Amino acid sequence: MTDKTNGSGTKGILLVGVGGQGTILASKVLSEGLMRAGYDVKMSEIHGMSQRGGSVTTHVRFGKKVYSPIIDEGDADILVSFEKVEAVRWLSYLKPGGFVVVNDYEIHPLSVLTGAAAYPADVLAQLGREVPNVLALNAGGIAEALGNVKAQNIVLLGALVRAMQLEHIDWASVMKDLIPPKMYDLNVRAFEAGLNQYTNQ
Amino acid sequence: MKQIMTGNEAIARGAWEAGCNVAAAYPGTPSSEILENIAHYKEIDSEWSTNEKVAMEVAAGASIAGARAICAMKHVGLNVAADPLFTMSYIGANGGLVVVTADDPGLFSSQNEQDNRWYALHAKLPMLEPSDSQECKDFARDAFELSERFDVPVLFRVTTRICHSKTVVELGDRENVSVKDYERNPGKCVMTPAAAKNRRYLMEKREEALRAFSNDCKYNAIEWGTERKIGIISSGISYQHAREAFSDMDGKVSFLKLGLTYPLPDELIQRFASEIETIYVVEENEPYLENFVKQLGVPCIGREKLPAVDELNAGIVRSALIGDHKESAYSVEATPPPRPPVLCPGCSHRGFFYAMSKYKDIAVSSDIGCYTLGVAPPLSIGDSVICMGAGVSAGIGMHKAFATKGGSEHGGKKINKVFGVIGDSTFFHSGITGLIDAVVNKSQLALCIVDNRITAMTGHQENPGTGRTIAGEPTQAIDLKTLCIACGVKPENVRKVDSYDMKAVEEALRDAYNATEIFVIITTQPCALIKDVLKRRAGVHCEIDRDACVTCKMCMKIACPAISYRDGRIEIETSMCNGCTICAQVCPRQAIKQVGEFNDG
Repeated sequence: MTDKTNGSGTKGILLVGVGGQGTILASKVLSEGLMRAGYDVKMSEIHGMSQRGGSVTTHVRFGKKVYSPIIDEGDADILVSFEKVEAVRWLSYLKPGGFVVVNDYEIHPLSVLTGAAAYPADVLAQLGREVPNVLALNAGGIAEALGNVKAQNIVLLGALVRAMQLEHIDWASVMKDLIPPKMYDLNVRAFEAGLNQYTNQ
Repeated sequence: MKQIMTGNEAIARGAWEAGCNVAAAYPGTPSSEILENIAHYKEIDSEWSTNEKVAMEVAAGASIAGARAICAMKHVGLNVAADPLFTMSYIGANGGLVVVTADDPGLFSSQNEQDNRWYALHAKLPMLEPSDSQECKDFARDAFELSERFDVPVLFRVTTRICHSKTVVELGDRENVSVKDYERNPGKCVMTPAAAKNRRYLMEKREEALRAFSNDCKYNAIEWGTERKIGIISSGISYQHAREAFSDMDGKVSFLKLGLTYPLPDELIQRFASEIETIYVVEENEPYLENFVKQLGVPCIGREKLPAVDELNAGIVRSALIGDHKESAYSVEATPPPRPPVLCPGCSHRGFFYAMSKYKDIAVSSDIGCYTLGVAPPLSIGDSVICMGAGVSAGIGMHKAFATKGGSEHGGKKINKVFGVIGDSTFFHSGITGLIDAVVNKSQLALCIVDNRITAMTGHQENPGTGRTIAGEPTQAIDLKTLCIACGVKPENVRKVDSYDMKAVEEALRDAYNATEIFVIITTQPCALIKDVLKRRAGVHCEIDRDACVTCKMCMKIACPAISYRDGRIEIETSMCNGCTICAQVCPRQAIKQVGEFNDG
């Protein structure tokens, strides 16, 4: 698939969430796998203040030759949101026809906890109405059932791989190299579970 | 071998490949991971320095003594290190000397957006600007050789998006470079006025040689397109954005890509311009390249179309220069609530700030660190934050102003006391001099050193108080209380206090408030995210006694992310709570209890 927005056919994956949700490991596995598959890959993430419970983003772009590491508004092929309302915050980055994978999981910012702001009630329904390709899944629940809620990031990675049709890459060997041995089996199962979320749609 | 690396990892790798012997830094986003990665290479003697000036002087001394040396810092850190920087330009380099400045366009994690390219011009230092991780590695490797060849420190300028982006890097091997033989050379290394003047003339000759090099080096190159209508002059990450923005034009656009951006290549720019109809200069923040191009009499378009504030991306460049603006395809009605960074659950600053917030007639001179986040409501601690160390010294000045006015009005309120707030690492960095000033000049400042036993905000680096080096080896820990007393604070005016103990905190704050001479409070509770702390407190959390809770919401006033009000009930999220008990201590009904066991094994 090529598109007019960038001449080289570069694809953009935007991972968003809240500091501490494991977006960094997921994007590490993702970009390593893409590199091993022979793509040029650039990945950009923002550290620092955002680690303290703030909104975090990771941009991954891959293709034959990638220049900018940042995805423009309206140019993400897929938006993977580790937290529900973050999908709304970053929705303007999605390109026409792009996919949204959204974790049905809420982390309430302080403004909501104290009652100063409201957490929108029907985010999934609104996304479902406005965006053609939305997959909402309970990645935390799936990971918890497999043994550890922390593997939710890899569940989401699995769903992303299926949506982007990147199953031809040897993800198991990438995970073997990047994930501690005692967490490996769990994460492979989490990955498979994420992949299967799409087939179950 | 290929590896996907951040710019910071690649700079570390490049230094290692160049045979670098000595590395020094003070942590600061986005530069911190450079030294963290260099420290993994056992061949390089690495240290976390007390501040950036110390880091640069350590590197400078190593260079003078013949070693290849690197120091790294964030953009504002270079201000701290500017004094040695300027004079090292006179002294030059024996062993290659590389100074990394990591700028932060867009202010992701900084107090200002200064463009440090001007430092190269000002201090007359050659400047390299890589545009991806491969160039970070290659340029860093080359920088040491350039430094030795031209007898000058090399300024290595990167930005947040270069530091924290991962791109594919082809690795090389380490060059075996031994530390050069040392010969005493006071005419070159002792900057008396007479010696410095001699060096000053030589610097002008060096500039000429560097300018010739800049016009004819691999770092500055024209990439001709198939047409000569549009030409782009750019460097660093802006080059990548510009390439991206014009990638639809089937290779028609020509680029002058600049990697050595001081001195700029005058002849090369003239040559490029002579063949191009319209020249665009694409750069973030200051019109550094643009001013130079215009000085050469070359018409170009830059700042008049591109913004001066914030970082660029391809979309901004495309919309400004091509007029092609992409609309976002989708929108929904829901408005996401703001999600700014906040003090973590269990943060050792929370209870202290809550107790402080009870004083309505104080002004707080705060500083750079996690505790800056205390400025957000409802805690609202912090009247000013300027730079590292100002938490102490600006407090001295504030107190002078209020005292001179004689019980002054401040925002309609009377200010009777000034508190300074500064972290442990920041106090070692540049708070000590302020404290000495306060003692000697009889300030009545109440200084709070919020010691959480780590450099927290930048990702938990060791500091002089932690008792460990960057390699994790045990070392002498500097004791803050002893240090304050040595600075001249009376022993009875230095109070150590557990910041999880609200009674003790309140008492210390009261005594500090009432003191008529300098008073120092040192908190002792470590950062809740330190690994050993996490482990020790993993089984502990707070629980609400439903029968006792009257939903008065007092516990919500401490602004803890683990506490929420849902469906008419207060909830404590067990997975986030570390049982710090600040909420339990502010509860008027004793409805919150700490449960579980500490893991002290």
